[in-house]
This record gives sequence, C-alpha cells and structure tokens, in this order.
Amino acid sequence: MSIKVESLTKKYGSQTAVDAISFDIPSGQIVGFLGPNGAGKSTTMKILTGYLNATSGNAYINGLEVEANGIEVRKQIGYLPENNPQYADMYVSEYLDFIARIYELKNIRGRVNEMIDMTGLTPERTKKIGQLSKGYRQRVGLAQAMIHNPNVLILDEPTSGLDPNQLVDIRKLIKEIGKEKTVILSTHIMQEVQAMCDRAIIIKAGKIVADDTISILTTSDQKKLVIEVEFVEQVNKEKLLQIDGVLEVHDIKANQWKIVAKKDENMRVRLFDFAKNNNYTLIKIQQQEQNMEDVFKQLTGK
Amino acid sequence: MYSILKKEIAHFFSSLTGYLSIGVFLLLTGLVLWIFPGDNNILDYGYSSMESFFYMAPILFLILIPAVTMRSFSEEKNLGTLELLMTKPVKDMDIILGKFLASFILVVFAILPTFIYFWSISKLGAPEGNIDTGGVWGSYLGLLFLAGAFTAIGIFASSIATNQIVSFILSILLSAILFWSFDLVGGFPAFQGGIDYFIQQLGMNAHYVSISKGVVDTRDVIYFLSIIIVFVISTKTVLESRKW
Repeated sequence: MSIKVESLTKKYGSQTAVDAISFDIPSGQIVGFLGPNGAGKSTTMKILTGYLNATSGNAYINGLEVEANGIEVRKQIGYLPENNPQYADMYVSEYLDFIARIYELKNIRGRVNEMIDMTGLTPERTKKIGQLSKGYRQRVGLAQAMIHNPNVLILDEPTSGLDPNQLVDIRKLIKEIGKEKTVILSTHIMQEVQAMCDRAIIIKAGKIVADDTISILTTSDQKKLVIEVEFVEQVNKEKLLQIDGVLEVHDIKANQWKIVAKKDENMRVRLFDFAKNNNYTLIKIQQQEQNMEDVFKQLTGK
Repeated sequence: MYSILKKEIAHFFSSLTGYLSIGVFLLLTGLVLWIFPGDNNILDYGYSSMESFFYMAPILFLILIPAVTMRSFSEEKNLGTLELLMTKPVKDMDIILGKFLASFILVVFAILPTFIYFWSISKLGAPEGNIDTGGVWGSYLGLLFLAGAFTAIGIFASSIATNQIVSFILSILLSAILFWSFDLVGGFPAFQGGIDYFIQQLGMNAHYVSISKGVVDTRDVIYFLSIIIVFVISTKTVLESRKW
C-alpha cells in the first residue's frame, strides 16, 4: 500500500470538493484517476503531496501520514502539478540541477544527465525552458518529478496538450516507469487509461463512482453485447431483428451492421447459424468490448 | 535554503532586474551627490560629510527594493511554480529566507560601490581623512537594517498579491508608512511635548537617524530585527493560509 487514502474530505468553504473518498494503491500499479472537470482529482492529488491539508480523513504515502510527515513524504514522491509549471527563463539542465539540489542528491551532475537521457531531452538541454515545445516541456516536468528516483509518482494530467507522437512517447515512458514505481495519474483521455493503466478510479463530484481494473470496468455491467457483422449479400434489417436475443440493429455501411444483443455466450453462434441457414456469406463478426469512454460516460454523465 | 538563494540570485543576474536596480541606484546617487548642482551636491556643500547620501538612499530604496522583491512570490504564484516548490522537501521558511536573503544581498551589492564615495570624500577632506568615520559606519549599518526591513516588507507584500504591480505598490505603501508616517503624525501640534517621542519611536526613520549618529543602540537594532521577523513570519502565515 504505497498510497492509501481513508475517508478523505476537503471542503472549500461550504463547497465539498472531495467527499470521503478511500482507496488503497499497492506498489507497482499504474492507476488512472478519472473524472469530469471539477470532480476533485487535482485536489486529491494536492492533498497527497501535502500541498493542501484535508478537512478530515487521512492520506498515507508508503505508510507515512502525509500531514504529519510533510518533508519525509515529499522526499518519497515525485509530483507533476497540473499545467506543468516551470521557470521559463531557466535552462533545462540548470533547472534540473536546481531541483536536484533541493532534493540534496549526491552526484547531481550524473543524475541530471541521466534524466535528460531518459526523457529524451538531450537535443534540448542547452535551451531555455521557455523556448521548448509543449511536448519537451512536459518531459522536463516528468524529469523533475523523477530526478530523485521516488517510488511514488503523482502526475496531474501528464499528457495534456501533446501531439499524437509525443503522446505515444510519454505513455511509453510512464509505462516504463510504472514497472517499478507506483504511479497515479489523472487524464481526460480515455484511450490513454486503457493503454497505460492497470486500474482506474473514477470520481464524480468528489465521490468515487468506480474503482476497478480496466478489464473489469470495460466488460462489467453490461447486460448487452455489441457485435459488428458484415455480409457480402444484401441483408434485410427485419430478418436480423428476428434472430433470438437481438435487441437493436444499426447499420454502419452497406451490408455492415452493429447488433446490440442480450449478453449471451451463444450470440455469435446464432449469428453464424443465421448466415448459414439463409445462405449469406458472413465475412466479419466481431464482438466489441465497451471502451473506457463509454464507461466514463455512463458513470459520470448526468 | 541555499539552493533557493542560489536560484534567486542567478535570476537577478540572468534577467535585467539585478543590473538595473544596482545601476539605477548608483546612477542616481552618483548624479545627485557629485554632478547635479544643489543642496545635496557634496562638492557645493563644502563639508566633508556623507549626510546627503544617507538622506537620499532610503528614498531610493523605497522604490528600488519593492521593485526587486515584487516578483519573488507573486510570479511564482502566477506561474504555479510555488506549488512545485512547496511540494519539494523544503520548509516554507527556507523558501522565504532564501528569497529574503537573495533580495537583501542584491541591495548590499548596490550599497558596496558607494564606499567609493566615502573614500573620495575622505581624500578630499582638509586635512585628508577628515570625516566622521564612526558616523559613516553607523549610517551604513542603519542603511543595512533599513534595507532588511524594506526587503522583508516587500517579500510579504509579494506573498499576498498575485499581481506584481499590486505587490509593488503595496510594498511601497507599507514601507513608506512605517518609515515616515509616525514622524509626521508625531509632529502634529497636539502631540507636542507629550507622546510625540513615543509616536516617532514607532517609525523606522527615528531609529535610522539614531543609528546614523554612529551610536549603535540595542533598542534600534531590536526595532529593525523585530520588523524583519514580524514580516517574515507574516509571510509564512500567508503561505500556510492555502491549507486553511
């Protein structure tokens, strides 16, 4: 349990930003922390880092209570705040050197070079941070969060504003790091959670609405099944609807259909039999998993 | 704290802030004391004394020190880097002291070259070296205390304001009030011969003048140190208020 939160509540005046949430993250897990804007993600992260105090409840990092062990806890976490704040007028290596000094690291120069290497900043190291593109600035943010080799990483929207290539790079980097460390990251991009995380915690209006592994979240709940089929021949929509268990039929393109059916192991078998019996040539049959985006919408939508 | 101090000093000299504030201070004092004719011109004045410098310096500090300190916390708050710093294993107090000392050291750098004025006046004295050395050293000490107090006020003002201009004006206002207003209020006829002394003792000017005489009175030292401590602690309280 490298991150543990017990009925954590944060109130800003009369507004409750985080409402008695509890979770427990064992080490070596990458957890996606999801929720609509204003759900309390950043607030929770700020409490975990000791920047804010909780109104009630406790947060623990590696078994240390955050409020009581501020400095000790901060040595053990790496934090990338929302919007990746940085000193625009510092050079990349100067900045990392400054951060390394704050952590009182030994072999500062070696560690700075290592981080620059690891995050792929080598070609940019002599530039000022203000001159870097957003993707590189994000890498600088990650580098400063990891320079002291913390075993817990708290990343608030680490991939916001990156182009697709940079996204892939940063995801790979985070996934690589996540093999040894505990990572909690917030994001709005659902594919990202599916691509990177072992587990997702979804909060809405300060409360946890789901906390499970991605595979359970994406297959759970549904009493329904979505199957995409394609035939060579023209098929009558009415006929498809007559198949046992089929609830809805939507056409995608000519001869391609999206079938919503009752959750049933044998649904695909019945579709295949239907094609065989009617002499249709079935060229595609694919059961779709619900993706994180749907899960997110279902859980947090109004 | 050392790393914060180093970063702040590096910032002063990698941006124009450091050069400009030192430059402007030396330029103005140099011009008024040696070049522009008038009451403050040492050569016209004809006495071997640095009084006009020590009269002028606080007025310049009143503008320059707020200009140096205005960004210290305002900018960090604006950029969000304050959150970054405060989630690193440094105490809030270390951040404050680092920033305070950096600004203070910059002011000291501005004061140092004025020793040339002292040396020149001393050389010009008749006979050579005829200057109230004790008084000058006392005045320098007073100026350092005053600079420390202004810096602490400036850092405090910058911790409440997110906007640098607000921070600048606020710190001029606070410094000016503490420096002069008690003298002015103490000068009201109603207070004459009674509590005027006590009112004047509340302000910085009375203590600055007192140290300038070359006699270091513990009361003056304690006064300035208290001002610095009060504002440093207030800054700490402001920074901690995020947690309330």
